[in-house]
Amino acid sequence: MTEKQKASAYWKENIKYLVILLSIWFIVSFGCGILFKDELDAFRLGGFKLGFWFAQQGSIYVFVVLIFVYVHLMNKLDKKYGYDESSKPTKSTKS
Amino acid sequence: MSVQVWTWILVGVSFALYFGIAIWARAGSTKEFYVAGGSVSPLANGMATAADWMSAASFISMAGLISFMGYDGSVYLMGWTGGYVLLALLLAPYLRKFGKFTVPDFIGDRYYSNTARTVAVICALIVSFTYVAGQMRGVGIVFSQFLQVEIFWGVIIGMIVVLAFALLGGMKGITYTQVAQYCVLIFAFMVPAIFISIQMTGNIVPQIGMGGRVEDGTFLLEKLDTLHTQLGFKEYTSGSKSTWDVFAITLALMAGTSGLPHVIVRFFTVPNVKDARKSAGIALLLIAVLYTTAPAVSVFARTNLIETVSNKAYKNLPEWFKNWENTGLIAWSDKNNDGKIQYVNGEAVDGKPVYTNERGTNGERLVSNASAEANELYVDRDIMVLANPEIANLPNWVIALVAAGGLAAALSTAAGLLLVISTSVSHDLIKKQLKPSISDKGELLAARLSIVVAVVISGFFGIYPPGFVAAVVALAFGLAAASFFPAIVLGIFDKRMNKEGAVSGMIVGLVLMLFYMIRFKTGLVGVLDPLPESEWWLGTSPEGFGTLAMILNFTVALIVSRFTPAPPADVQEIVESIRIPSGAGEAQGH
Repeated sequence: MTEKQKASAYWKENIKYLVILLSIWFIVSFGCGILFKDELDAFRLGGFKLGFWFAQQGSIYVFVVLIFVYVHLMNKLDKKYGYDESSKPTKSTKS
Repeated sequence: MSVQVWTWILVGVSFALYFGIAIWARAGSTKEFYVAGGSVSPLANGMATAADWMSAASFISMAGLISFMGYDGSVYLMGWTGGYVLLALLLAPYLRKFGKFTVPDFIGDRYYSNTARTVAVICALIVSFTYVAGQMRGVGIVFSQFLQVEIFWGVIIGMIVVLAFALLGGMKGITYTQVAQYCVLIFAFMVPAIFISIQMTGNIVPQIGMGGRVEDGTFLLEKLDTLHTQLGFKEYTSGSKSTWDVFAITLALMAGTSGLPHVIVRFFTVPNVKDARKSAGIALLLIAVLYTTAPAVSVFARTNLIETVSNKAYKNLPEWFKNWENTGLIAWSDKNNDGKIQYVNGEAVDGKPVYTNERGTNGERLVSNASAEANELYVDRDIMVLANPEIANLPNWVIALVAAGGLAAALSTAAGLLLVISTSVSHDLIKKQLKPSISDKGELLAARLSIVVAVVISGFFGIYPPGFVAAVVALAFGLAAASFFPAIVLGIFDKRMNKEGAVSGMIVGLVLMLFYMIRFKTGLVGVLDPLPESEWWLGTSPEGFGTLAMILNFTVALIVSRFTPAPPADVQEIVESIRIPSGAGEAQGH
C-alpha cells in the first residue's frame, strides 16, 4: 500500500467509527431523551420514568462511555496503520 | 464557628493556593503563554478543561434553573455535555494535529484568507466578552453574599485575583490554577448534595437518591410530581416546551459548546493527538460528575422548598427565609391576609420585586408591585444552590464551602476567557495582520497588556451589568453554533470546502442569528421591541434558533463552494495531513 492509499483507508475506517458512535449519541439524547420521551415514560427505572432518566442522567453516562470507546478504537486503529506516536510529541505546522 | 469565619478561612486558603500556583508556573515564551508549551498531561488538561467549562452559571445557577424548569431543564444537561462528544470526535484531535494557537488561526490558514480570519476573530471576541462579563458579575455576587462587601468591591477583588494569575502565568499559570479550582469546586458541589441525599432518601449517592424513596415509602420524584400538581404547577417530570424546541435548543447548545473558543483552545495544550482525544474523555467524565448531580440537587431543593414554605405561617419560617428576603431574592406578599404562604403556579410580582421600606403585620418586607395572581411567593432561581445547605440545616463549614466553590468556578472560567480575548488581540490581530514583524517578546507584552484591558472592561460590565447580558450569554452558544462550528467541521471533513463557501456560510449564519436574537429576544433599545412567542419561526425560541442558523450555514457553505474554484493544492494537503494523527508527511511552510 502506498502512503496515500494507507491514509485513505485509515480515514474510511475512522469515518465508519464516527457514524456508528454519533448514531448512538443521537439515539440516547435526541431519541430517548426528547423525541420518544413520552413513550419511554411508560416504563420505569426505580423511581425514575425512563424517558426522564435518559434526559437527565442516562444520556450523560452514555456520552462519557462513547468518548472512551472512541479513544480505545482510535488507538487500535493508529497502531494498525502505524500512526501510533504516543512517545513523541506531534510535530505541528507552527509558523 | 460562624459561617462568616468559615468563609474567610476557606476562601483565604483556596486563594493562597491559586496564587502560589500562579507564581510557580510563570510563562516565559508566547508558546508557554498561549498553549502552556504544549506539554500539559491529559489528566491535568482534562481537569483544567472541566474547570474552564464549569462557570458560575453551572455551579450556582444551573441546578436552581432546573429545579424551576423540571424536565425542560434537560436541555442544559444534555446540551452542555453532549457537545463534548462532538468536540472529541469531530474537532479536538484534528485541531491538535493542525497545531496552531487559536481557532481564528485554523480558520485563517485552512481558508487561506485574512477575511475568514477576521470574521473568526470578531466571532471569538463577541462570544468571549459576553461570557466573561457574566463571570465577573458572578464573582461579585458571591463575594457580596458571603463576605458582606458591596458587589463593587467583590468585582474589584475578583479582577485583581484573575489578573495576577493570568498575567504571570498565561495559559500555563491558568491551566495549573484551574486544576486546583476543579478540585475545590467539585468538592464544594458534592458535599452538600451528598448530605441532603442522605437526609432525604437515605442514599449516599445523589444520582441514585434522586430516584429513591422518601420516608413514607413513595418515590421522591412521584412525591414531587404530586406536590406540583396540587399547587397547580406542571408535573416536574414533564415539560412545557414543545418537543421541537427542546430538540433545537439542545442541538444548538451542543454545537455551540464544541465551537466555543475557550474550550477548543484547551486541546492545543496537550503533547499529541492521542492525548487530545483522551483528555476530552477525561474532561467530560469530570464534568459529568457535576452535571449528573445537579438534577438531583434540583429535585431535593425543589421538594425541600415546597415542604418548608407551602401553607406555613410566615412567623414560624426558619431564619434563612428572612435572610434571603433581606437581600431581596425572596419576597412574600400576603394577598389573602391569612399570615400563611400560598405558593402556587403564577407570578407573585410583576418582574422583580420592588420593596417599599415598610414591614407588614407579620414582619415581612412589603412590595409595591404584587401581581393579581394567587401566588404569594417570589423566589430568585439563583439562590437554590446557595441557600440549599441552609434550607437543609447543614453545618456552617458546608455553607462556607459553597462560597469557595462558587468563586473557584467563576474565576477559572473568567481566566480562560480572558486568555482567549488577549490571544485574539495579540496573536490573531497584531501578529497575524497588523504587525507581523513583532518579536516574541513584543507579542508577549501585547498579550499581557490586552489582558489588563480585557479585565478592566469586563470588570466594568460586572459592576454595571447591562440588562441584556444574561440574555446574551445564553445566546453566545447559538452564535458559536451558527458561525464557528460548521466552518471548522467542514474544514476538516470536506476537502473541497473553499474560502468562498466557508466565509459566506459563517456570515449568513452569524447575521441571521444576530437578526433573530434582536428581533425576538433583546429588541433594539428605543427602536424596536422584541416580537412575542407567537411570531417565532417554526415555533423556534431564540435559544434554539442556533440550530436553524447552523443548518443554513452548512447549506450555504456547501452550495457556494461547489460553484467556486477548489482550494489550492497546498491547502488540500493540509487537510490530508490533519486527518492523520502522526507527525509524518504533514504540511509545511504555507
